[in-house]
Amino acid sequence: MNELSMVYGMGLAALLFLLGFIGVVIRRNTLFVLMCLEIMINAAGLAFIVAGARWSSPDGNTMFILIIAVAAAEAAIGLGLLLQLQKRFRTIDIDAASEMHG
Amino acid sequence: MEFTFFAAGIVALATTARVITCANPVHALLYLITSMLALAIDFYALGAAFAAVLEVVVYAGAIMVLFVFVVMMLNLNNETVAREKSWLRPQLWAGPAAAAGLLLLALLWALIFGGIEYGGITGEELAAREVGMNLFGPYVLVVELAAFLLLAALVVAAHIGRDDTDQVSDAAARGERVTTNVRESR
Repeated sequence: MNELSMVYGMGLAALLFLLGFIGVVIRRNTLFVLMCLEIMINAAGLAFIVAGARWSSPDGNTMFILIIAVAAAEAAIGLGLLLQLQKRFRTIDIDAASEMHG
Repeated sequence: MEFTFFAAGIVALATTARVITCANPVHALLYLITSMLALAIDFYALGAAFAAVLEVVVYAGAIMVLFVFVVMMLNLNNETVAREKSWLRPQLWAGPAAAAGLLLLALLWALIFGGIEYGGITGEELAAREVGMNLFGPYVLVVELAAFLLLAALVVAAHIGRDDTDQVSDAAARGERVTTNVRESR
């Protein structure tokens, strides 16, 4: 694992995070917003794995396991909110819940 | 350079770009699962085999199944059968299948010709043993915090996902947003 491939790995993680962020911004379907959040969490995990491989340390894998726990919690709560949104507003458009008009 | 890493990385970027531009939720989910398989091969190429297995088993296996459940729960009307038939058309899964085939080729290339110059597995391999010793050695407090987080997520999901159709019908009676199809209480 040399420094060049660390640059490529971090670049891949940054591009994936950017794609997920673009998806969060441009999609209004709540299911797609949640999927793009998963993409962003995944990209953060890739960054930890790349850094762990660069310094040959198990810390990267350790943080990846904790990131998986965070992603599982986020998916469970987000999908529960999605089901409530569908039940109350009969749509999964995320703008339907914009009652604060922020 | 590492052929496997770059092939899987390009597949991951392409499938992720398809996820955010796709209109059909099931189609996007297929692409998202393929993107996670590509990331797992990237982890494998970086030497993190344990993280690669976790990515496939927990992420693509468990969390994505949760998404599939929700997609199926949202479509409980009469058009479901027609939509199911339209989802089984070959052009729907041809793209993710082609991407997954590319990943298989990259993995086979790494396993068969896996020298350093053609780039199989270049990173130093980290086994589950070191990760486990790390988790329950210096990181044990973080493991406890993750347990708190999962417990809190369980409570929140049970609270949010509760079935309070009577309250929703009350809201409908007060003339709020909920208008149609609210089931009467239980």
